Amino acid sequence: MIIAERKPLNEILDMIQGVEGIKELLVVGCRECVTVCFAGGEKEVAEVASALRIALNKEGRKIEIEEEMTQRTCENEFVDAISEKIKGSDAVLSLACGVGVQTIVERLPEATVFPGVNTTFYGRPTEPGIWNEYCAGCGNCILHLTEGICPIARCSKNLLNGPCGGSQGGKCEVDPNIDCAWQLIYDRLKAKGKLRNLEEIMPPKDWSTASYGGVRRTSRQDAQK
Amino acid sequence: MKAGSNLERVLGSGIFAVTGELGPPQSAAPEVIREKSRLLKGNVDAFNATDGQTAIVRMASWAACLIGMQEGLEPTVQMTCRDRNRLALQMDILGIAALGMKNILCLTGDHQSFGNHPQAKGVFDIDSIQFIQMAKNMRDEKKFQCGDEISVAPSLFIGAAENPFADPFDFRVTRLAKKVAAGADFIQTQIIYNVDKFARWMEEVRARGLHKDVYILAGVAPIKSAGAARYMKTKVPGMDVPDEVVERMAGAPKGEARRVGIDLCVDIINQVRQIEGVAGVHIMAIEWEEAVAEICEKAGLLPRPKLSA
Repeated sequence: MIIAERKPLNEILDMIQGVEGIKELLVVGCRECVTVCFAGGEKEVAEVASALRIALNKEGRKIEIEEEMTQRTCENEFVDAISEKIKGSDAVLSLACGVGVQTIVERLPEATVFPGVNTTFYGRPTEPGIWNEYCAGCGNCILHLTEGICPIARCSKNLLNGPCGGSQGGKCEVDPNIDCAWQLIYDRLKAKGKLRNLEEIMPPKDWSTASYGGVRRTSRQDAQK
Repeated sequence: MKAGSNLERVLGSGIFAVTGELGPPQSAAPEVIREKSRLLKGNVDAFNATDGQTAIVRMASWAACLIGMQEGLEPTVQMTCRDRNRLALQMDILGIAALGMKNILCLTGDHQSFGNHPQAKGVFDIDSIQFIQMAKNMRDEKKFQCGDEISVAPSLFIGAAENPFADPFDFRVTRLAKKVAAGADFIQTQIIYNVDKFARWMEEVRARGLHKDVYILAGVAPIKSAGAARYMKTKVPGMDVPDEVVERMAGAPKGEARRVGIDLCVDIINQVRQIEGVAGVHIMAIEWEEAVAEICEKAGLLPRPKLSA
């Protein structure tokens, strides 16, 4: 899923204070990814809203803070479902991912929308309170060649012929919290008696399917009207 | 002969080769390179100019190499994939070759998070092994990475690095084999302080016959102080500094740490020289280039051969 983390309150306050004439602010959460990673679900909407009320009150700024949820902010119909509420506010603080923020802007061009979270990566929780990156969305999956471990997302230098000289004790030289993806690949290959696979030179990657080929779009004729 | 560089000729003649390293300045001062070149001249067969080592902005390797060449030294241009994609690397190779430089060292590069611009976007379009293969194909197949033909191909003697001390140890010789298969002509290793472990690695190298396919230059570096030894032991990724090395530095009489560091380096050169398959040494006395002449003298590596082209 998409992982996000809440922006610091000061940053959110700066955004709000940078725009004049806001009397009513709608904090909108999303019930999908950001709910699961505790960045923009119902609970976080309530927390951010009350933190904002306290902070704005302290500064003597009168802004009414409302709370709202959508099922999936990245889909038109779910944004449309709360469009009246959005139109009735002077600005929106979205706790959905960057896709959600842009969906609101596209559906409601008049709306002023602030991002309340930083969208960080595609990943999953690996232990309580810890989320790790697993996929880079490169558009050309090679997991079958790397024992189900992605070196594009999980090797700091996205090497295809690792591990490099900075692999030590199973960790990446960049940060001891990062597992060396190539050590993990090596371990799996070894366990399966397939270490020979590592002798093959993996050719340069075609990055054109990643964002380097220009802005991406997927189309499916059978799903089109 | 692949390129006919001095380094290639020395290695080809079976003479124990000596290469040095020169750290370009964090400035536009050519005098710094000229001064360091004078310290290395006559003591090494070729010198590497590092390419933004530890991800700190310094004068470009190829430019420092050109200045060193003007001073009468043979350069080895270090090139990393951190800052350049396949287009930039190939363009630089053409430029380097056109300027008459033949030796290159293909590296992935230190991660940008270690340097003075940690907010930079790292490139890593290709990795060091793919880079070696690309350089070899430019030279031998006269082809760019995309397959297009090169009318005048670059003449290159292709180097690569290998770290015998990284994990997993069992994979390290496989990685060397991949670099050789990709097209590496010579290897410069990570700095060796743990000679026993290096000897074990070389055993594996010989078992696979790789020492016959590639020239291996053992990386060495003098240590200035016990503090520096401890720092390398605990803080520098990919380094293996045994306790006895730290102890030997710590035991240096007051004011003599540098002499002890040089002697230690000479001892390591003498030890690795005995190992079958080691074709030379690469002395990395970065910011201590003065030490190279003394190390070479004490290790009996002088005078350097003068081979005709």
